Amino acid sequence: MFISSGPAGQSAQERQRQHMARGLPKQKPILGVKQVVVVASGKGGVGKSTTAVNLALGIAANDSSKSVGLLDADIYGPSIPKLMNLRGNPELTDKNLMRPLVNYGVLCMSMGFLVEETAPIVWRGLMVMSAIERLLRQVEWGQLDYLVIDMPPGTGDVQLSITQNIPISGAVIVSTPQDIALLDARRGAEMFRKVNVPVLGLVQNMSVFHCPNCNHKTHIFGEDGATELANSLGVEVLGDIPLHINIREMSDKGQPVVVSKPDSPEAKAYLKVAAQVVKRLPAPSA
Amino acid sequence: MVSPGEQEVKITGTAAWRLRKVGILDVDLCGPSIPHMLNVRSKHVHQCDAGWVPVYANPEQTIAVMSIGFLLENPDDAVVWRGPKKTALIKQFVSDVAWGELDYLIVDTPPGTSDEHLAVVESLRGHGVEGAVLVTTPQAVSTGDVRREITFCKKTGLRILGIVENMSGFACPHCSECTNIFSKGGGEELAKQTGVPFLGCVPLDPQLSSSLEEGGDFIQAFPLSATFSAINKIAQKVMSGAAVRR
Repeated sequence: MFISSGPAGQSAQERQRQHMARGLPKQKPILGVKQVVVVASGKGGVGKSTTAVNLALGIAANDSSKSVGLLDADIYGPSIPKLMNLRGNPELTDKNLMRPLVNYGVLCMSMGFLVEETAPIVWRGLMVMSAIERLLRQVEWGQLDYLVIDMPPGTGDVQLSITQNIPISGAVIVSTPQDIALLDARRGAEMFRKVNVPVLGLVQNMSVFHCPNCNHKTHIFGEDGATELANSLGVEVLGDIPLHINIREMSDKGQPVVVSKPDSPEAKAYLKVAAQVVKRLPAPSA
Repeated sequence: MVSPGEQEVKITGTAAWRLRKVGILDVDLCGPSIPHMLNVRSKHVHQCDAGWVPVYANPEQTIAVMSIGFLLENPDDAVVWRGPKKTALIKQFVSDVAWGELDYLIVDTPPGTSDEHLAVVESLRGHGVEGAVLVTTPQAVSTGDVRREITFCKKTGLRILGIVENMSGFACPHCSECTNIFSKGGGEELAKQTGVPFLGCVPLDPQLSSSLEEGGDFIQAFPLSATFSAINKIAQKVMSGAAVRR
């Protein structure tokens, strides 16, 4: 090892950055996939997976000519199988790629299809990286206009592995109005900025509760916090999703509200978010 | 474990209320919420001969806290670390913090079953862990994840003190109609199915939520609430469950 002084004017920081960049994997697009949108949060339990599912279905519902896929990258707590009412081991193609499972016209892949329902994934970093690699590269997606990736909570191995591995068109950050969730959403946004992934905007989930009995509005998780965060990050709130028992009831049945109750205000809120997301993505190249 | 943070804080508050000395170790390195909830966000950690001095959340110094939040230059910075770095810090939290004499050390973990959980179980192995409290919301996607947590505990030999069903039912403040926004009974059902004790339900309470947001003391402010009563009962069960093994 030698210490180089570098050309005059090159800062130590710049040299370090170049040196470190050499060790990173090259970003390579997934074959057949035009645009990748990741749905992330920072905090767990804010409704990220529910949002990812309804977002994917919303994009498909808004434009039926587009093909949409949904990748569940939450290795430790894969929720997509339950939310999309899918189960079973994926078949393998001749080229040994996994065939995604399909429901409501959306192609899905999840760690949940590869392991038993009660089995915990107790893996350290390296195994996680190789599992992510498999979910990204060894799936027969065919030709997709959009691949929505449901990220796990946090800002760790999985997030790094994905952002280093594939080019991402944009990130949608889900939060509830609470400060505690927003703080973590900010961390999530900061992480994406560090790895040069454009943040398309925030989704304020569980924004307000309407009592089904008397229609009284309660802001159970606080009010409007996401707008402030969005302003400070220089992004917009893509939409507010109300806290409605329909969303959870239909999710539990594996019938996401966008397809099962498309005329409801909740479904329309998701469709609006989907439209905003697509509007903010770069125009796909021919 | 689904949103355990809130529960950790409240169980701690209750135990301290009963004049026990309690420590909270926040190992949710990517999303450290404990300092915010206990209103000690801007504090820093100092060193003494015996190691790192934890931050005390109350003047009586009966609630000691350690979190990565105290070690960051800006407490809102993102912590984008891979597993080995997280593991190393957690080991330090266990071995290098001068906790002093504690009746209870409560560890708040992030969701999932990954590096943080393994690090905690391994580092605390020699120190006699009483067990784990698993927190879930009642709906299927949450109980599904907690099922995996249960298997994790069984595989690592971690005793399960019980399951808490959080955000269980919401009473409209206007008409008192109870709506099960996140379903109801899922946690209790899971406990029954897996042969694990059920510790109780905590309702969805906007006052609790906003109290935690502001770092207020919910127990002082709302001692007569149904929520406090529920949390108190859970705390008592946890303490007696932990005592049984001694």
